[in-house]
Amino acid sequence: MAHITGLDMHSILADTLFFPPERSTFAGDVDGLFNFIYYLCLFFFVLIIAAMTYFAIKYCARPGHSEKPSPSHNESLEITWSVIPSILVGVIFFYGFTGYLNMREAPEDAYEIQVYAKKWQWSFKYPNGAETTELHLPAGKPVKFLEQSADVLHSFYIPAFRIKMDCVPGRYTSTWAIPNATTGSGISIDGHQPYHLFCAEYCGQQHSQMRALVYVHEPAEFEAWAEKEANFLETKPPAEAGAILFQRKGCVQCHSVTGDRSTKYLGPPLNGQWGTERDVIPRGSSTPEKVMMDENYVRESIRQPMAKIVQGRKPGMTVFTPSLLNDKQITAIIAYLKSLKDEK
Amino acid sequence: MATITPDTQIDIGHNDDPNSNYLTSSRGFLSWALTLDHKRIGVMYLVGIFGAFFLGGVLALLLRLQLLMPEGTFSFISLDRYNQLFTLHGAVMTFLFIIPSVPAALGNFVLPLMVGAKDVAFPRMNLASFYLWVFGAIFFLIALVTTQLDTGWTFYTPYSIETQTNVIAATCGAFILGFSSIFTGLNFIVTVNTMRPPGMTWFKMPLFMWAIYATAIIQVLATPVLGITLLLLTAERVLHIGIFDPSMGGDPVLFQHFFWFYSHPAVYIMILPGMGIMSELMSVYSRKPIFGYTFIAYSSIAIALLGFLVWGHHMFVSGQSPMSAVIFSGLTFSVSIPSAIKVFNWVATMYKGNINLATPMCYALSFIFLFSIGGLTGLFLGALATDIHLHDTYFVVAHFHYVMMGGTVIAFVGGLYHWWPKMFGVMYNEFWGRVFCAVVFIGFNLTFFPQFIMGSQGMPRRYATYAPEFQLYHDLSTIGALTLGIGMVGAIAVLVISLFNGRKAPANPWGAATLEWTCTSPPPYYNFEHAPHVGSPYDYTGLKYDPQVGGYVRDPNAAPASESGH
Ligand code: HEC
Ligand SMILES: [Cu+2]
Ligand SMILES: [Cu+2]
Repeated sequence: MAHITGLDMHSILADTLFFPPERSTFAGDVDGLFNFIYYLCLFFFVLIIAAMTYFAIKYCARPGHSEKPSPSHNESLEITWSVIPSILVGVIFFYGFTGYLNMREAPEDAYEIQVYAKKWQWSFKYPNGAETTELHLPAGKPVKFLEQSADVLHSFYIPAFRIKMDCVPGRYTSTWAIPNATTGSGISIDGHQPYHLFCAEYCGQQHSQMRALVYVHEPAEFEAWAEKEANFLETKPPAEAGAILFQRKGCVQCHSVTGDRSTKYLGPPLNGQWGTERDVIPRGSSTPEKVMMDENYVRESIRQPMAKIVQGRKPGMTVFTPSLLNDKQITAIIAYLKSLKDEK
Repeated sequence: MATITPDTQIDIGHNDDPNSNYLTSSRGFLSWALTLDHKRIGVMYLVGIFGAFFLGGVLALLLRLQLLMPEGTFSFISLDRYNQLFTLHGAVMTFLFIIPSVPAALGNFVLPLMVGAKDVAFPRMNLASFYLWVFGAIFFLIALVTTQLDTGWTFYTPYSIETQTNVIAATCGAFILGFSSIFTGLNFIVTVNTMRPPGMTWFKMPLFMWAIYATAIIQVLATPVLGITLLLLTAERVLHIGIFDPSMGGDPVLFQHFFWFYSHPAVYIMILPGMGIMSELMSVYSRKPIFGYTFIAYSSIAIALLGFLVWGHHMFVSGQSPMSAVIFSGLTFSVSIPSAIKVFNWVATMYKGNINLATPMCYALSFIFLFSIGGLTGLFLGALATDIHLHDTYFVVAHFHYVMMGGTVIAFVGGLYHWWPKMFGVMYNEFWGRVFCAVVFIGFNLTFFPQFIMGSQGMPRRYATYAPEFQLYHDLSTIGALTLGIGMVGAIAVLVISLFNGRKAPANPWGAATLEWTCTSPPPYYNFEHAPHVGSPYDYTGLKYDPQVGGYVRDPNAAPASESGH
């Protein structure tokens, strides 16, 4: 990684007035370039305004004063003030794009977090399966954010890291950063002073409320946090945990929970079914029989889907062996199915 | 050079009284509504445009007041209402006000006079352009009072495809306004190309004409792209053709490319005429020929052409490839140089001058101050690494207000004060003119400078509510906006009051050398009795102040190469 070391001149002014604290390894480079442009601009601005004020006072119309002839153009002067700024903007351009390319290419071994944006909420998925609505990161490690949007454009913006990238529906985008300081200590978020995460691309009604908080932990603490977050079966109410599993284990692909019976879904809808009777065709038989949806029926449908086939549907459900879905998880899903009401 | 003689259709009720001027030569509503006179059309545009400016300004003040408190000041402004307000503020200000401002109002009035002609090349088209503007504006207002547009003036997809608000009415409005702009541009191109008087070669044109000409080229070339883009958007909403909608395989980012392909050049439609005014003001009020005429003239054209190649700088974080981002960034820097050259030239024009700090010059000096800040802060946004952080924050909001309002609007008001005596034949009150210029200047900086700071601190734009740590900056900005509002209303009031009690204006109150100052103020219906003699637009040697007239007259003895013995 190339750093813009030559430009790292942090002034107190720019750090406190213009910027939030620098909390990623990019931030120093970005602020260095910002300060470089800032002082360059200040120089030219003072030059222009000083000349203008001086002329305005010195040559101000007053009795006895009149204009004096002077050349109305001067080739070498004009070429000078075209060429010098051209060179300077060339320098700015160069540092701007090298810094930018660093920000676009995440290292191979980066820790990858999936960012889902939808109106008007962020959610983050971690490699171990944990899923949150606030962002948690390990300090000192490169983290790659793989972004997706469910509806309209959003933009993932963490000012403290100086990173921003639009989330575009129907396409993946990504950005990355190395957080360089923790926001506090401990797995729990008490005692942390998190950073802001904003949605920066206008996305409708609650755009201004599409914000989240960013927590940065010591790497070891982050591991522990992620572990705990992934074990949500123990930490969340069963129906909620079941809803998460229903989503994550792919039941949603084949079952609607909105009463949708269309062929978009291979299986029948599962909302409002609890305790109701249905016609099924048991294995090896051809005549339908009635069965009520209760705990054992659901468990059987998951472990041995071929045992009873719902009439009018084709067999085709994945067989969920204990290694794919353990008993505790089935219990949670059952709690979830119980909670699903008929959609009228 | 072929010369097109403009249609000399005479307005309804026209009288040939030699003492009448274009304002008094005919009376009645129809004599204005059906006029083909470029001066009257310019005046009607002026009134319409200031109506739009006032509306946009009131919306802006409402937005600023709402942002006094982090969770919003007024309970009657909901989140949705806020989104509608900022959309309308942006749409009204860009499409109804700033794009037509200088060319359609001042350009229409001044340009034919500058070439010593009776009218623009196509007077009927000129009137049509005005009515298209009126109809476009009505469409916008329909969108305003019906379901209320909330897409932002940028209409980004896929939000603009999904939203329940009246996007179609608004796009129709913008579409019609686009034609208004094209008509004006076409007219000016033909006028400049074919109607210049003998002796006025390209490099003897006033720089305001160069600027209007460069603007007209952009209007004619870029605006159709906006029209097509908006039609596609309407087709997407109505027919679901699947070009921008990702759920049908379309590409929402494509819309941004189309949109900015117009809208970046459009920022030069907005600023170039302001730069043109600046060149006139700096020279006239310094009583010096403009410094580096050729560089300024060429830089207008350079800006117009390079401006077409940089649209991607609005999309550095949109997911476009790093390669295109790098190319667009490089091109963007190349377009900054011509603007810098102009600023240096304006300042150099003052050297050894005899500077008259009349109100237009005060505006011109404010312009240099504000536009320099606006232009220089563009460097932070053109550089890729810093833009990633600053994009879509208040830093951008501050940047473009410094350029558009601190640049174009300040130049527009300065130009209006400059040409006001010519347009209406009265002198405004110089003292109050300067006072309100100062109020505008202070209010402007107080409004927008804090926005740079909160932007680089990370405050995103288009936020109805915000994190409490930004409140100080928002509050400063709101106080500034109120000051700015008072200053603007005062500046316009000074002009309007002068209509009633202003001293009668001489033909040439400022001692300018361009042709519009050779006819009486206000100009007669036919503009010039005799074709005026064309000299250098910035040669002030023969012009002497005559206290009896209260203005400048050509000294017949001192005139060097003058054979103007009419
Ligand atoms: C590949 C598609 C597919 C997946 C994935 C799938 N199912 Fe099914 N499921 C079906 C089909 C097809 C049926 C109907 C045929 C049958 O009874 O086997 C069905 C039937 C059921 C039934 C009985 C429905 C009734 O009305 O009697 C239950 C309960 C059920 N699935 C639960 C689940 C759960 C829980 C999961 C996730 C762990 C899941 N399914 C994943 C396709 C799927
Ligand atoms: Cu969003
Ligand atoms: Cu642009």
